[in-house]
Amino acid sequence: MDLLWLIPALPLTGFLILLVTEGRLPNVMVAVVGAGTIGLAALITLLVGVAYADAGSEPYSQILWQWMAVGDFTPSITLYLDGLSLVMTGVITGVGFLIHLYATGYMAGDAGYSRFFTYMNLFVFAMLMLVLGDNLLVLYLGWEGVGLCSYLLIGFYHDDLANGYAARKAFVVTRVGDTAMAIGLFLLYRELGTLEIQAVLTGAQASWESGSPMCTLIALLLLGGAVGKSAQLPLQTWLPDAMAGPTPVSALIHAATMVTAGVYLIARMHDLYLISADAQFAVAMVGLATLFIASFTALVQTDIKRILAYSTMSQIGYMFFALGVGAWSAAIFHLMTHAFFKALLFLAAGSVILAVHHEQDISRMGGLWRRLPVPFASMVIGSAALAALPFTSGYYSKDLILLTSLDHPAGGVLLWGVAAIAAFLTVLYSSRLIFRVFFGEMVTQPEDRSGLNMNLPLIVLAVASVAGGWFGLSAVAGVLPDGGIDAHEHQGVMVWVTAAVPLVGLLVGCLVFGTRRFAITRFTRSPAVAPLRKFWFGGWGFDAFYQRVLIDPFVAIAQLNKNDAVDAIFRGIVVVAGGLNTMFASSQTGKLRWYAANMALGLATVVLIAVVLT
Amino acid sequence: MMTATAIPLEHLLIVASLLFLIGLTGVLIRRNVLFLLMSLEIMLNACGLAFVAAGARWTQADGQIMYMLVLAVAAAEVTIGLGLILQLQRRYRHLDIDAASELSG
Amino acid sequence: MELVLFYIAATVSVITTTLVISRTNATHALIYLIVSLLSIAVIFFLLGAPFAAALEILIYAGAIMVLFLFVVMMLNLGPAAAGQEARWLSPGTWIGPTILTFILFLEMLYVLTGMPEVTSAIAVPPKAVGEKLFGPYLLAVELSSILLLAALVGAYHFGRRYMRARREDSS
Repeated sequence: MDLLWLIPALPLTGFLILLVTEGRLPNVMVAVVGAGTIGLAALITLLVGVAYADAGSEPYSQILWQWMAVGDFTPSITLYLDGLSLVMTGVITGVGFLIHLYATGYMAGDAGYSRFFTYMNLFVFAMLMLVLGDNLLVLYLGWEGVGLCSYLLIGFYHDDLANGYAARKAFVVTRVGDTAMAIGLFLLYRELGTLEIQAVLTGAQASWESGSPMCTLIALLLLGGAVGKSAQLPLQTWLPDAMAGPTPVSALIHAATMVTAGVYLIARMHDLYLISADAQFAVAMVGLATLFIASFTALVQTDIKRILAYSTMSQIGYMFFALGVGAWSAAIFHLMTHAFFKALLFLAAGSVILAVHHEQDISRMGGLWRRLPVPFASMVIGSAALAALPFTSGYYSKDLILLTSLDHPAGGVLLWGVAAIAAFLTVLYSSRLIFRVFFGEMVTQPEDRSGLNMNLPLIVLAVASVAGGWFGLSAVAGVLPDGGIDAHEHQGVMVWVTAAVPLVGLLVGCLVFGTRRFAITRFTRSPAVAPLRKFWFGGWGFDAFYQRVLIDPFVAIAQLNKNDAVDAIFRGIVVVAGGLNTMFASSQTGKLRWYAANMALGLATVVLIAVVLT
Repeated sequence: MMTATAIPLEHLLIVASLLFLIGLTGVLIRRNVLFLLMSLEIMLNACGLAFVAAGARWTQADGQIMYMLVLAVAAAEVTIGLGLILQLQRRYRHLDIDAASELSG
Repeated sequence: MELVLFYIAATVSVITTTLVISRTNATHALIYLIVSLLSIAVIFFLLGAPFAAALEILIYAGAIMVLFLFVVMMLNLGPAAAGQEARWLSPGTWIGPTILTFILFLEMLYVLTGMPEVTSAIAVPPKAVGEKLFGPYLLAVELSSILLLAALVGAYHFGRRYMRARREDSS
């Protein structure tokens, strides 16, 4: 387990190598360095995991060095391994490696090949620091690092200005959340005097009794940070626009890893939320609202990646919801399975997009199932897992969440009902996606250009999407307060009802989207439904709202100071200096008598002063 | 003549400064370069007078020696100055000091 | 009695110096300057500095002023140029410098009055001057000779170009 430090160090080394040899290495070398470091890290994660299990699942700390010493504040760079961070690391390096492998094929032929892998390696390093950090400062380091890499990678195709705007939007919106989190960290340090996670958790339990307002405040501030990073309400507007980045980026950052950082944060700081029930309920509400809203929005989108983006938003809403109702392990379990099937969906979508020459509008696709077999199969399996059809990995995790919500004291059935409706909609939009893209008339001729390095990750992820849920997640049992997955055994009719919801949705979806007799396209395209459709399409109006209420006034105020009143002071200094210069320069007339007269005047003045003063 | 007159030093120095200032006025007033040079000579001469007066007050030869050095400097300066005046006349065909102001700005 | 001589010589010197700076004819100004120098020489004699007086007459009035006269003749600055000088020397140009020098003169008066010393009644003969020149001030003599050499070389170069230019002009 001493090799723990290698796990983040390998991607960092990859990043540094690629940074220094920017563009000068041949693409094969770049691929080897870029994907190879992640692969090695995944291997070492495996070894470390085995060693961890052998050692009896005891938490393990590895202190690397002391970061700074300012008075009493002496944080150090320490890596902390327990069940939770092991699971996260496994997901990041495992799924990350597969996505890197895929990207070696997807990004081939792009001029920024080396730059891409540079940023991706930096991202994996930052993400690993986030989950392996022992204190909140290292976590924040990783937090900021992934934010930076997200910006760099969303705006990867920087020739198109719109991508830059999308990247900026992502950065600014998450920055709002980051600020809330930073304030939360400040308060935490002030109250408890430390930022080490384990010390914070025990200190919180000792210092604050149940329902303490300070704890609630800090928990809500941390929730603010998590909401920003995980694209939940109200800071969710950046995620759909972030699809401007390359598809592997969307798969890794905006599906499997970075957007789950918020979930990780709340799970890690679970004691705070146990103390403050109000904050925990707020988490649940945020998750519930997001998952409900996002599933409606996904139903009417036309861009294949935006459908998947809203789907991600919705699924992370499920994770937040799970954390909020006390299904801690279920949330992390769903995080893991979601990483598998969402990455699978995104990568399959990438293969489809590549095959139809970078066309992303699903109305311009159709009838591709025969020509693109591997992406088709991947997408079907991924959607099945997403919809939580029985015996897929998604089934185990999502149904566990829904069943746990039934036990919630504040109206469990209502919560279950809303989440179940969203699950129904999930199946609907998934089937819409499959039928629109793979069945029907072929609009664009596809050209299957994917090689083994793109198909192999799809196959591996497909297997994981199905089998990943069969083994449960015992590793987090010691860490999270609900005793692990197996502790919740649900009985009764609700188990069957919950399992039936996606099946009913599948039936409806096949009928509505798959056949012509029950097709409702005339209904959905009619003018009566158009306002509702437009409302859902624009993400329930959040973007327009923010634009009107926040952005336009800010820009108007900034316009007032267009000539920069503060800078005017400095420009004024320049003007004065210039004036003085002109004045003094005019005294150099070049005339001898003028100079002599001035000398005489000076002599008279000096003698006068000397005479007067003595 | 082995005897000299006991003149009040104050008066001598006032005369010297008066001559010096008259020379200074000449420098400031005249536009013709030659007159400028003449006024400079007046000023140098006045300085020499002051030196000799001081030497006479202490009955030392140092005053006269200093006067001799001043004289040597005046001679050298006049030589070069007159050469410059000739060149000025040659180039610009006038002797106006105010017109020779190219080092302005 | 000799004190009266001093005052007369001083008055002559001041008046002729004033006339020097106010004449428009260059030759007249030079003659007045020579008179001024001669009266200064009289003062030197009264002070008991015969060597300095002789130098004043021989070199200052004799050589330097003659140089000036040569240049005046070369440049033809006689009556012809007097008109130009008169235009340049308008009354308006007098005011500023006069005020300035008057202020300076008042300051000098203030500084110089109240001195009880008188010059000595013993003369300093040339022999004493010579002893000093060959003694402590030997270096000064050498330096002034180098200075004069420099002036000589400079004057030669100035004059040579002038003569060449003159020859080109006339040919």
